[in-house]
Amino acid sequence: MGILEVKGVRKTFGGVIANSDISLSVPEGKIIGLIGPNGSGKTTLFNSIVGYHPIDGGSIRFLAREISRLRVPQIARLGLIRTFQQTRIYGKMSCLQNMQISVPQTLQRWGLVMNKIPAEDTERAEGLLEFVGLYAKRHLFAGDLSFGQQKLLEFAMALMIRPRMLLLDEPTAGINPTLINALISRLRRVSTELGITLLVIEHNMRVIMDLAEYIYCLAHGELLAEGKPETIQNDQRVVDAYLGAH
Amino acid sequence: MSTPIMRTLFYASVVLLALAAPLLAPAFKTQMAFLWVMIVFALSWDILGGQMGYNSFGNILFFGVGMYACAIVQRDSGLDYFPALYVGMVTGAMVAVGFAAVLGSGMLGLRGHYFAIGTLGLGIAAGEFASGWDYIGAGSGLLTPLFPGEIGGRETFFYYLMFAIAAMTFPVLRWLYAGRFGLTINAIRDDEDKAEAMGIHTTLYKTAAWCTSAFFLGLTGAVVGNMIGFIDPRDVAFTGATYGVWMILMAILGGKGTLWGPVIGAVVFHVTQQLFWTYLLGWQRVALGLLIVIIVVFFPLGILGWARERWPERFGHKVQQDLKPVQGGK
Repeated sequence: MGILEVKGVRKTFGGVIANSDISLSVPEGKIIGLIGPNGSGKTTLFNSIVGYHPIDGGSIRFLAREISRLRVPQIARLGLIRTFQQTRIYGKMSCLQNMQISVPQTLQRWGLVMNKIPAEDTERAEGLLEFVGLYAKRHLFAGDLSFGQQKLLEFAMALMIRPRMLLLDEPTAGINPTLINALISRLRRVSTELGITLLVIEHNMRVIMDLAEYIYCLAHGELLAEGKPETIQNDQRVVDAYLGAH
Repeated sequence: MSTPIMRTLFYASVVLLALAAPLLAPAFKTQMAFLWVMIVFALSWDILGGQMGYNSFGNILFFGVGMYACAIVQRDSGLDYFPALYVGMVTGAMVAVGFAAVLGSGMLGLRGHYFAIGTLGLGIAAGEFASGWDYIGAGSGLLTPLFPGEIGGRETFFYYLMFAIAAMTFPVLRWLYAGRFGLTINAIRDDEDKAEAMGIHTTLYKTAAWCTSAFFLGLTGAVVGNMIGFIDPRDVAFTGATYGVWMILMAILGGKGTLWGPVIGAVVFHVTQQLFWTYLLGWQRVALGLLIVIIVVFFPLGILGWARERWPERFGHKVQQDLKPVQGGK
């Protein structure tokens, strides 16, 4: 039984079948990859998992609890956090403030609403900014950072919230090649040292083959193949899907 | 205002000046009382409009509701003047908060332009509703009780009362903005979908923010009703076209989304407006309209917003290489 169990999920938009009978299982503490050509339904599946839109069929279980009927903030508070493909940060707030607000939102902390930000939150925020290499820019408006830096900030914000599991939508898109290697090692450290489970959408094959322990491949809204990176790499159907053969 | 001592000195001199003002310029007590009203207007509008990014055109509703609720208590409670006024003020604030809590759960689901239009409707509907309800005087309005003190005492009393409300609003907001509340409503302003995806209780915070705004407006409405002495549903209570627009304008003029912006905007606006009424009589509305156009075209970010855009380092937004945290990593 994995930390996240997706079973027979179906999602249509009008006549377009975006996801059809998708099932996948993410074991706790692992790094799992999700690949597929553009328009194959990867982001739709992410949106379904985090409650962005209702699904038309199937079940999604997180920590053995059905979450397909919960709303976005409720799912987030269970410890399942996603990052966005088109990076979303709070542009008119400083990087440090972006981090300070990204703490677990339990109602026990409601008493803190009126208080100053606790010093330990600030310390941890600064530590994480250092971890992604943004410490020197902590007082700049997040909206003034480059796209790649915003991506790193969003990643740090997701860690700040102490999630059980992270859904990362193309974490390396827009990040320069030398930084990508550093990011891969950081993602690994997140998995091994913090024990956070990762489900990663990625187009960069070198990255995902290097990072993931198990990969699911979608095409045309259906699950095309699954397996270890080596198996996926040599699967003729996957190669065809990416090169456009039908 | 960099060091705490400088800041304390600055605040102390503002308070001293405000306390001495009725003695220094006794002829302008009412105008100065309205300056405090304007400051509370701008500050309370800015909670949603500036800090949370929800442009409300209907905040005047809470002002009018507070005004009526207080006047009803004064009329029907049978208490003496001052106890009735104080009970009425508290009631006015509470009823306004109640309205915000109930309306908020529905209205705050709207976003962007839809929220603006929806709230505009609220303000107009309230005026129409009040002018048709006999219990609160309908179209012929309500008279507030006569002030019992000696001549001239009334103006002094209301000046200090309004100053007290403004002097309470500013530090309360300063304190709220400095903590998690401020960060959360800023996050909602910048990207509400992201805030939801991070698990923030957005509805709860949005409603709480509107209730805070309603509290100060209800309190102010209760006092202004008594300052004017007569409550007309459309011209005094639910004055969407004057106060309702001015509160937005003042916040924008000074710089919305900043703590001092609305205060600066209110002072500049109120003084300019008084000068127009004195020196451009007959053309005062034209001049005011022109001022509005100039503000929107040349200062879309407001006075403080413009300054912050121009000198970001002065506001602390700079690269800081100097210090490193004690421990790196996680």
